[in-house]
Amino acid sequence: MNKMIDIKDWYISNFGEFEKRLNGGKESSIHQLRKDALSNFSKLEFPSIKDEEWKYTSIVPLLKYNFVTSLKEKKISKDFIKSLLFDGLEHSLIVFINGRFSNEHSDLLNLPNGVVVGSIAEEIKKNNEILLKHFGRYADHRDHIFTALSTAYTDDGAFIYVPAGKIVKEAIHIVFITDSPEEKILTQPRNLFVAEKNSQVTIIEHYVGNEDEIYFTNAVTEIVAEENAILDHIKLQEESKKSFHIARMEVDQERNSNFSSHLISTGADLTRNEFNAKFNDEGGECTLNGLYMIDGTRLFDAHTLMDHAKPHCNSHEHYKGILDEKSRGVFNGKVIVRQDAQKTNAFQENNNILLSDQALVNTKPQLEIFADDVKCSHGATIGQMDDDAKFYLKSRGIGEEASKGILLHAFASDVITSIKIDSIKNYIEKLITEKFNQ
Amino acid sequence: MLEIKNLHAGIEGNEILKGIDLKVNAGEVHAIMGPNGSGKSTLAQVLAGREEYEVKEGKVIYNGKNLLDLAPEDRAREGVFLAFQYPVEIPGVSNTNLLKTALNEIRKYHGEEELDTIEFLSLIKEKMNLVELDQKFLSRSVNEGFSGGEKKRNEIFQMAVLQPKLAILDETDSGLDIDALKIVANGVNKLRSKDNATIVVTHYQRLLNYIVPDFVHVLYNGKIVKSGGKELALELEAKGYDWIKNGKEELVNQ
Repeated sequence: MNKMIDIKDWYISNFGEFEKRLNGGKESSIHQLRKDALSNFSKLEFPSIKDEEWKYTSIVPLLKYNFVTSLKEKKISKDFIKSLLFDGLEHSLIVFINGRFSNEHSDLLNLPNGVVVGSIAEEIKKNNEILLKHFGRYADHRDHIFTALSTAYTDDGAFIYVPAGKIVKEAIHIVFITDSPEEKILTQPRNLFVAEKNSQVTIIEHYVGNEDEIYFTNAVTEIVAEENAILDHIKLQEESKKSFHIARMEVDQERNSNFSSHLISTGADLTRNEFNAKFNDEGGECTLNGLYMIDGTRLFDAHTLMDHAKPHCNSHEHYKGILDEKSRGVFNGKVIVRQDAQKTNAFQENNNILLSDQALVNTKPQLEIFADDVKCSHGATIGQMDDDAKFYLKSRGIGEEASKGILLHAFASDVITSIKIDSIKNYIEKLITEKFNQ
Repeated sequence: MLEIKNLHAGIEGNEILKGIDLKVNAGEVHAIMGPNGSGKSTLAQVLAGREEYEVKEGKVIYNGKNLLDLAPEDRAREGVFLAFQYPVEIPGVSNTNLLKTALNEIRKYHGEEELDTIEFLSLIKEKMNLVELDQKFLSRSVNEGFSGGEKKRNEIFQMAVLQPKLAILDETDSGLDIDALKIVANGVNKLRSKDNATIVVTHYQRLLNYIVPDFVHVLYNGKIVKSGGKELALELEAKGYDWIKNGKEELVNQ
């Protein structure tokens, strides 16, 4: 318990230093929000397994380290960046290294008039009106200690703004690289994506870390899909096996908007992904899909909240997990259908394959339905690889490893096939192959 | 090609095969008949290498090699093919993917080059006609949502593509209507040659009207109790399995 207070004090006492370094950022309109969040942070407690929402996810290992903000500029080679791109895909690229925007590596294609893609730190300095309108509105810091920490230390991250009617044809690829061999660092990407009425955009959040480094990523992403906007979001989490990744995504969906999210994760020492979407008006469509592939002693936790606040909305949720060795998985999917939300369709499914006797999954679907004319379903499975199917493949001349690979690809396929961009699908297929077919 | 000597095998401690002797030469078609529970499918599964079955005693020599020492995938690469009684559904794996991977793994095993897409597709098209399967069938998941007849045709189609030396058809006829039966039998007949052999495991004589065997063996209670030419099948059909079990105490319903 003492240790926890220590860590909290540590983050609180570093705030003064952080403020100094903001040089000028202090004058921005959101600075009061930082201070409010800090004061909230000091009042909140880090969750323990006694909290229902953290029952299976102990963050004790995370609280052992005094992470620092990286001050040094880190050089990353062009070749390394290249290795993170998707073959055959033309896209805009923005790169963050140890939490800081890298102009050198970023490369924006011709964007339609008025579209803004870049560093949120810049927009904060400029007191960008769109930013001020939305920032912090969806990811409430008052009841969430990690969001409070993120908000207090708001520094850099990605800001994407697509004005009404604009269509961004090429995907926007945001890469967050953590590389800090000497210091154990904390990065807190703070992202805001706003797609206005009738606009369309595809955004990829891609987190990458150095193999064995210990660091802490605390990411908060706020997404607004206004009326009839189409926003496709993909998150690739390929972080160090020893890192900590806590992330929260909040989606606000307005009338007839269409949002999809695909999370592909190879885990970290400890991963917590919260995906929360809310229908604020009628006619919305939301897809939350995920695939997690973990091994070792890693813990992966996906928490989703689908809030049907309004009628005539459809949500589809499908999370799939492949767990090896002594890894642990947690899926907690909550669907709320509020009293108003008649004619809701909400479907949720979580399937897991355990490749070892020691892997473990806790899965918990939670449906809270207050309307009476709705269609909702949920399902969860935890199983092993299908031996009959494996024997069938082997009896056709396909070896043990290849058979296993084929079946895992097949298992993952319905999450992957709903991604609309082929080169990203191929990238993910390759990721699965590398993970399981050495 | 295949010589089975005094084969004893079972599952979970129950002995099902109680000393099988069988010799199959290249160019021959052997039918193995018998009532339910006699051990027909067990024999087929043991030959294909299903891990759950335990071989207690005996030998299986296949083209000079000890078949029982080989992993299932190596048996397949050496030319053994089992057409499953109950083909397995594999959602998410397309028929094309299965066949291409299998074919190339077999070729690799023999030190041959992998087939390129064009060669592969032309082979596939040729073999599809054999079992009258539609093109769009290729992109569908293996056996998923297939009718009984489609599943069995798919087995023969795979056999046609993989061109085994020894094919074992495990009750490929059961549940087929007469048209599907003809298609399947026709596929098998076209693949017959002097270099390969076929073991047809069946409960009913009907299939043997279309695939005419050189030898018929009757399996009962884990042993081959009678062997003969194709006329034995007709005799069985006429007299029923009770005739075989004449001296035996229990009656098994056909």
